[in-house]
Amino acid sequence: MMLSIRNIVKQYAGHRALDNVSLEVETGIIFGLLGPNGAGKTSLIRIINQITAPDSGEVYFNGEKLNQSHIERIGYMPEERGLYKKMEIGEQLVYLARLKGLEKTNAERRIKAWFEKLGMGDWWGKKIEDLSKGMQQKVQFVSTVLHNPELIILDEPFSGFDPVNAEIIKDEILELNRKGATIIFSTHRMESVEELCDSIALLNLSHKILDGPVKSIRNSYRNNTFKVEFSGKLDFNGTEPFELLQHTPGEETELIQIKLKENHTVNEVLQYLIPKVSIQKLEETIPTMNEIFIRKVNQNRK
Amino acid sequence: MNKTLLIIQREYLARVKKKSFILMTFLVPGLILAMYAITYLIAANSDSLNKTREIKVIDESGVFAGKLKDHKNIHFSSLSQSLPEAKKAANKNEDLFILSIPKNFTDKNSVQIFSKKKPNFALVNEVETQLNTIATGNNMAAAGIDVVKLSGLKSNISAETKQLTDEGEKDSNLASAYGIGVASAILIYLSLFIYGAQVMRGVIEEKTNRIIEVIVSSVKPFQLMLGKILGVGLVGLTQFLLWIVLSTTVTNIAEKAFTKHETAVEQSNQTQIKGGKNSTGQTQPPIGNPVMSFMKSLEGVNYPYIIGCFIFYFLSGYLLYSALFAAVGSAVDSETETQQFMFPITLPLLFTYILSFAFLVNNPDSSLAFWLSVIPFTAPIAMMVRVPFGVPGWQLALSMVMMVAGFLFTTWVAARIYRVGVLMYGKKASYKELAKWFFYKE
Repeated sequence: MMLSIRNIVKQYAGHRALDNVSLEVETGIIFGLLGPNGAGKTSLIRIINQITAPDSGEVYFNGEKLNQSHIERIGYMPEERGLYKKMEIGEQLVYLARLKGLEKTNAERRIKAWFEKLGMGDWWGKKIEDLSKGMQQKVQFVSTVLHNPELIILDEPFSGFDPVNAEIIKDEILELNRKGATIIFSTHRMESVEELCDSIALLNLSHKILDGPVKSIRNSYRNNTFKVEFSGKLDFNGTEPFELLQHTPGEETELIQIKLKENHTVNEVLQYLIPKVSIQKLEETIPTMNEIFIRKVNQNRK
Repeated sequence: MNKTLLIIQREYLARVKKKSFILMTFLVPGLILAMYAITYLIAANSDSLNKTREIKVIDESGVFAGKLKDHKNIHFSSLSQSLPEAKKAANKNEDLFILSIPKNFTDKNSVQIFSKKKPNFALVNEVETQLNTIATGNNMAAAGIDVVKLSGLKSNISAETKQLTDEGEKDSNLASAYGIGVASAILIYLSLFIYGAQVMRGVIEEKTNRIIEVIVSSVKPFQLMLGKILGVGLVGLTQFLLWIVLSTTVTNIAEKAFTKHETAVEQSNQTQIKGGKNSTGQTQPPIGNPVMSFMKSLEGVNYPYIIGCFIFYFLSGYLLYSALFAAVGSAVDSETETQQFMFPITLPLLFTYILSFAFLVNNPDSSLAFWLSVIPFTAPIAMMVRVPFGVPGWQLALSMVMMVAGFLFTTWVAARIYRVGVLMYGKKASYKELAKWFFYKE
């Protein structure tokens, strides 16, 4: 287990940012820490990074109680990106890497390798203020992963990147993950990480309201609804093995959304439909994380 | 390598590489060089003063004939020519002056000096003084007063100050103590502000750049604050040391280059004093070269002691105040918001600074001066004003202990505010808020 968070409480003057939050992050996975703004994500990340300490509760890193020696094994890219504006990029990256315990010559070698990889060849002597925002993000990303951290925490990783660069960075993150790094994404934009995450935890109003592997969460939110596309004429008379949720007539094909009636199977639906129409496509509609998220958050509000 | 050292290194190099630092470093020795250049010009100018000037006197009154005495480079001689003829002659000779004294010389502006070149102030002054002395002497004689007796009655006392020390009597030069005291007060005051503000700006920069979160995920906020304070402090120290080294070098070179002129000036000063006494019976202050005479008075100063004290009070005062400046920087989102916090911090500094001119430098041993020089917030300025005048050892020791305790205390307080403040955004900090941060657990 890469990270084991147990009963964390963090109280700020006036409000409780984290209320008895526990979660587990397995080694080698991509983990999504999700939740609307103000849910407590940043507070939790700061505790993992030892920027602040919890009022109560414990964090275990690789089975050991979190301590200073773990700092060098974590890479953190905060939501609000920032670098020294007037410092040369190469120099700046060396400095940040050395703060993470990397040796100077080693840091320089790795920076050059990353520059090569991300097409940042002649950036060494440039200053941050001379770069575009997207370029600055690249530098920030390099500074996050330079010391080969075992755990990489990325807060809103793709905000500020143009689609092309976002894709490049995404590929790099996936490669780092393949090489063994555990990744935590923190975001309020579900759709950006849904396809990447193996597991998620959903925070809302300082509480964890949902967690687990993405697949099983989505499966648990299946509610026997299907999309069927067909051509032909179909009359609905109430004897079907399904309820009609939506009917979208089209020029060549028609689209319906259905929900299975109790104790009926997809096979029975097909048996019912096959003699009547020619089926083009049948697909189960599994709710997206976004839908689950909204549903959960709204439930939580009530 | 220790991470705090890394931070110190970055803060130091980032500032030392700046153009403004290099400019300031060479500005001060440059000013000293300029001072020597001015001294040189004055000395060179006094060469032209030394040129002999011939003053032909046309004395219609007969009162002054033969009584005007040659003085230094002014040579008097009487002339029987008529004024228009004499004027013609003077028009041809640049160093010839015609002094015309009519019968009714007591009338306003009746005594006149004619020359091709504008006569300088010293010459006119000399002529006027002599005329007045003679005329007054005559008047006194006419009134029955013995001039010789009278001048014997005049007293001219100037006290020489000697300080009693263990080694015996020591010349205590009050003027130089005064000068050094005031100069140190100004220098400490300015440098505490300049370098304190640099720390504050650095903290605000990191906060607004948002790099702070990246850095505190690698090091503790306290390490960052300490690294920044020490880094900037080393910049200040480097600046002062470079100033001392460069200034000494410049002084040595300049002294060698201008030695000839210096002696010339000194000699002329001496003859002037003698001449003044002889001719008029009055002591005149040497006009010569005020810069030179001030520098002469600085020769007896114990520089290692004063510089040592200065560096101690600069460093300890800087550590004390920059910690507070850092806390202020951490509490705000931009420099414009710093006002409300800056005022109480700068108040003791400003107060002591003003007081050092108005009171301390004149009363360096008063009890107010004592208390101000042991309270850490005011001690850097107050003690530096007192040091040139001599401070009892135990007072200096007490003050230094208080300074160390003072900066340890402010650093501790500032660190507690700083660690919370640097991660707070968009919250308008008040004193109540700062107090809350101070009591946060972690």
